[in-house]
Amino acid sequence: MATIWTYAELDSGALAPISLELLACARSMGEVTSIALGPGAGEAAASLGRHGAGRVLLSEDGVYAEYLAEPATDALAALVEKEKPDVLLFGFTPDSREVAGRLAARLGVGLISNALSVELSGDEVRAKVPYFGGAQVATFRANRRPAIILVRPKSYEAEEVGGEAGREPVEVTIGEGSTRARIIETKVEAGEQIKLEDAPVVVSGGRGLGGPENFHLVEELAEALGGASGASRAIVDAGWVPYAMQVGQTGKTVRPGVYIAAGISGAMQHTVGMKSSKLIISINKDAEAPIHKISDLGVVGDALTILPKLTAAVRARTGK
Amino acid sequence: MKIVVTVKQVPDPNGQHRLDADDTIARDGEVVLDPGDECGIEVGLQLKEAHGGEVVLVSMGPERSREAIRRGLSMGADRGLLITSDELSGADALLTATALATAIQPEEPDLVISATESYDGSTGMVPPMLAELLGVPQLTFATKVEVDGETVTVHRQTEGGYQVVEAHGPSLVTVTAGIAEPRYASLKGIMAARSKEVKVLSFEDLGLDSSEPVETVESIEPAEEREAGEVIEDDGNSAVERIMETLQAARVI
Repeated sequence: MATIWTYAELDSGALAPISLELLACARSMGEVTSIALGPGAGEAAASLGRHGAGRVLLSEDGVYAEYLAEPATDALAALVEKEKPDVLLFGFTPDSREVAGRLAARLGVGLISNALSVELSGDEVRAKVPYFGGAQVATFRANRRPAIILVRPKSYEAEEVGGEAGREPVEVTIGEGSTRARIIETKVEAGEQIKLEDAPVVVSGGRGLGGPENFHLVEELAEALGGASGASRAIVDAGWVPYAMQVGQTGKTVRPGVYIAAGISGAMQHTVGMKSSKLIISINKDAEAPIHKISDLGVVGDALTILPKLTAAVRARTGK
Repeated sequence: MKIVVTVKQVPDPNGQHRLDADDTIARDGEVVLDPGDECGIEVGLQLKEAHGGEVVLVSMGPERSREAIRRGLSMGADRGLLITSDELSGADALLTATALATAIQPEEPDLVISATESYDGSTGMVPPMLAELLGVPQLTFATKVEVDGETVTVHRQTEGGYQVVEAHGPSLVTVTAGIAEPRYASLKGIMAARSKEVKVLSFEDLGLDSSEPVETVESIEPAEEREAGEVIEDDGNSAVERIMETLQAARVI
């Protein structure tokens, strides 16, 4: 039976949601081992077991949380060398991709990133990846082992299947040469907004809003609907709103019940992160904007005049 | 200090694009220097202005990528390296990182600057691979970079704020698009760029072998598309009414 490993990402001691999604992907392929490194690994092991990991290799060593990427790369390289798994799955997230990139280069095996699905048939490993901005899907075959594949968040649904993982300590010496990029301090700036990925309604804004001074129109509608506000890459790059609000290929992937795109043209970079939403409403002055072609309701009109009226109508209806 | 900035020529983000017969992204359309790389060059130039030294641009791509390097030289970078080869088409991230590392190594830079991710590929896999192959730490998602002697400090953008991350000695930094407003190339800069050196390196020069790809593209199919729904014109009031009806039908209000 194939041996499938997953990298469990810990964020300030808590298991990142992608780590459980990876198990849903891994379970169907073979015997699953998860690697959890850093403070919180012990607690994470229980959850990983309930979601299908048969075994968890773990270390609570603080070195993994204090330094970027390199200690985790060292540990994984040593473990892979020793046990030679067939497949190693990572989340396609900022933290995981740094570890995966270094590891793939160190092992000389390459990787497949941004995968929508992974498939094992016989001893061949394939992954489907959005191509040409998401208009197409390419099937890649990994030619070396382990096959390192980075899976897009929300491509698989985390599912509890019961069970308890066997625990084994990771005993790897982290070289002095790998404790270089040190995290001196962590600053939290975000407010109390509902998490974008969990929000039942997402209202996102783009360049069509004209300027950062109008973004409050998006935030007010999102608030009235009990949802979260998001943004296109264009206005994040332009500095209107922080990166944490970016929806798209390199930002968040969201699947809310309702997604409202205001002043967003609908570049593939954006739509790949929201097109699985249950219902999409778009507001854009340009009748030819690609966003209207994937919307359930496309409104050709000015977001600047429609948003305030809509917010007022929602507030009147809900009494808030 | 010696600063290397990796740059890439990409299809114009504002242009129309198509795929070639072999399903690689056609490069004969409008191409530009990656807007993210312009920010990287700007950071490099600011550091050079503060600390002295040299800014070297390194790119891998077809011969016409020379234009992207030239644009960076017009902004004020000192010279360029262009890795080009007939075998580049469809090069994967590991081959790209290996080629860049092999070309950069002899330069012995104090700092390598890359954009967090390219505008076209947007997977951000080359920088961590490049850092590993160069044997240097990576300071990523920088919204701010400071150099003090041997110490490099960055503000690393995170989900809910930022981290202050520090390393000593040669490092690779990836910068976000918002880090700095790239300067315009002045007429003087454009003139000066004409006489700046762009050295061309082939895979042979670098001793690289691209005959055993780490991954193979087996097939490419159209993605499943959502079916378009109804498109209406806003006449002043009807649009808001229709959106309200839709929201009620979806039971969110």
